[in-house]
Amino acid sequence: MPKQILAQLLKKEEIIKDVFQYSVKADEIVNIAKPGQFIEIRVSDQTEPFLRRPISIYNLDKENGILEFIVQVKGKGTELLSRKEIGDKIDIIGPLGFGTFKFSQYEKIAIIGGGIGIFPLYELAKQAKKEGKEVHCYLGFRNKDFVMLEKEFQGVTDKLVITTDDGTYANKGFAIDYLKEDMETEKYECIFACGPIPMLRVVKEYTDNHNTNCQISLEEKMGCGLGVCLGCAVKTAKSPKEAPEYFHVCKGGPVFNAKDVEF
Amino acid sequence: MNTKINFAGIEMKNPVTVASGTFGYGREYSEFFDLGLLGAVITKGTSLKPKSGNKPPRVCETASGMLNSIGLQNPGVEYFATNDLPYLRKFDTKIIVNACGSSIEEYVELCKILNTLDIDGVELNLSCPNVKEGCMAFGNTYEGVRKVTSEVRKVLDKPLIVKLTPNVTDIASIAKGVEDGGADAVSLINTLLGMKIDIYKKKPVLANNTGGLSGPAIKPVAVRMVYQVAQAVNIPIMGLGGIVSGEDAVEFMLAGATAISIGAGNFIDPYTSIKTIAGIEEYMKKCDINDINEIIGKVEMNG
Repeated sequence: MPKQILAQLLKKEEIIKDVFQYSVKADEIVNIAKPGQFIEIRVSDQTEPFLRRPISIYNLDKENGILEFIVQVKGKGTELLSRKEIGDKIDIIGPLGFGTFKFSQYEKIAIIGGGIGIFPLYELAKQAKKEGKEVHCYLGFRNKDFVMLEKEFQGVTDKLVITTDDGTYANKGFAIDYLKEDMETEKYECIFACGPIPMLRVVKEYTDNHNTNCQISLEEKMGCGLGVCLGCAVKTAKSPKEAPEYFHVCKGGPVFNAKDVEF
Repeated sequence: MNTKINFAGIEMKNPVTVASGTFGYGREYSEFFDLGLLGAVITKGTSLKPKSGNKPPRVCETASGMLNSIGLQNPGVEYFATNDLPYLRKFDTKIIVNACGSSIEEYVELCKILNTLDIDGVELNLSCPNVKEGCMAFGNTYEGVRKVTSEVRKVLDKPLIVKLTPNVTDIASIAKGVEDGGADAVSLINTLLGMKIDIYKKKPVLANNTGGLSGPAIKPVAVRMVYQVAQAVNIPIMGLGGIVSGEDAVEFMLAGATAISIGAGNFIDPYTSIKTIAGIEEYMKKCDINDINEIIGKVEMNG
């Protein structure tokens, strides 16, 4: 059951250029949130910008009731958010989304993320590792300037592969290609993915073809975030093109079984 | 202090309702507050058969508002009656079902079913800008509105409200069609047809290209239209369009609305409707008004 709270900003840090990590006190949300869920932030108490911003949960510090999320400054809403100061109250609704990452039934999993899509994967890796799962993680970035959270992911994975498209840091190329190569020898029971749509398409195609379990976290423009406005539609895989049926990212998702959706 | 109103025969504890399509069938928001606090809940646009809606992206943000092109996605009246209505009925509020169709026959069939359900009224949606057939096709001429209203009237004993589109040249004449067709009330405005272009992709942001504009951006247009309609008809008006506060609500009531709806305002704050009720009461205290009915249509125009 989502809550609306005014959460105090405890810490704000620019982890790479224009990407801010926020830590807020949010016991009510942290206590019930699951990996893969998101929150909706109202960045202004006026009506401009109008809509809340859906933001994925990065880290849940259950012990201290601290919620962490990471946001790239992309437009006026995220820019306003980046101007919040320590001690400010942030209007947050969460946790949201009924489609969460489900890992309990697996012993060995692979996680793949690209760019700012890596954020919701951290809590998943952390919880899976804590439950004794073998966690391999593949994170892709454009170039060395965009590489982030390497140390953090290192701490919650058994194997971490970092790639940059241009090879300016770590391995050159796409994370998915490294994952595919490893899948020839490793037996991953499920792949968890979040990132740019072209990356997710490749992951879906590959796991569909190899009949591998795959859970992906999707994004779509949202109105309410609660499952009311039905704005954030994503086509179901079973429905025909002429008569498409839809799930909604905010309610059915944001995490879906890759074989159930088309995007 | 009295905030009770009688809207088209529906006794409401206050004039605040929630607009169709911005509140689903109430479940999600009932997790935030008791729906019994509301004057009425107006349901998501509901059709005879389920509708799957338009291709995404379906929504985008605009200046103090948003565009939507949902395409009336809904589970159909049968599903509503079995699954959503019993849940909504648990709350001490009035239930108005927003009804949409693509032909007069469909509206009539649907309203025959609605007439048998335990609901308090029907809001006929003649104004959705996002579906090709029906709805707005009936909503933009006097005769179109009168005809469908009078056909529905024949099969519906419950209070009948007709919701109008603002995308017309003369809103007052359309409202007259509602009154002449025999409806009990009129509600306005639905969304204004709009478009947003992604300048880098050189394409409209919405997959449907155009969508309905809502939010505070449209409020002055809505207030003006409510005023114009109030001058033209004798049936009560449900006013909506960009209301996010008690002050906004009072503006609509002064213009001539008996009841008001919170629409997109629900999205930015789940408590907008509740805060609006409190805001109306505050205004009444401040201005020494004992009965909210006293302010309806009481705007004094400049000479």
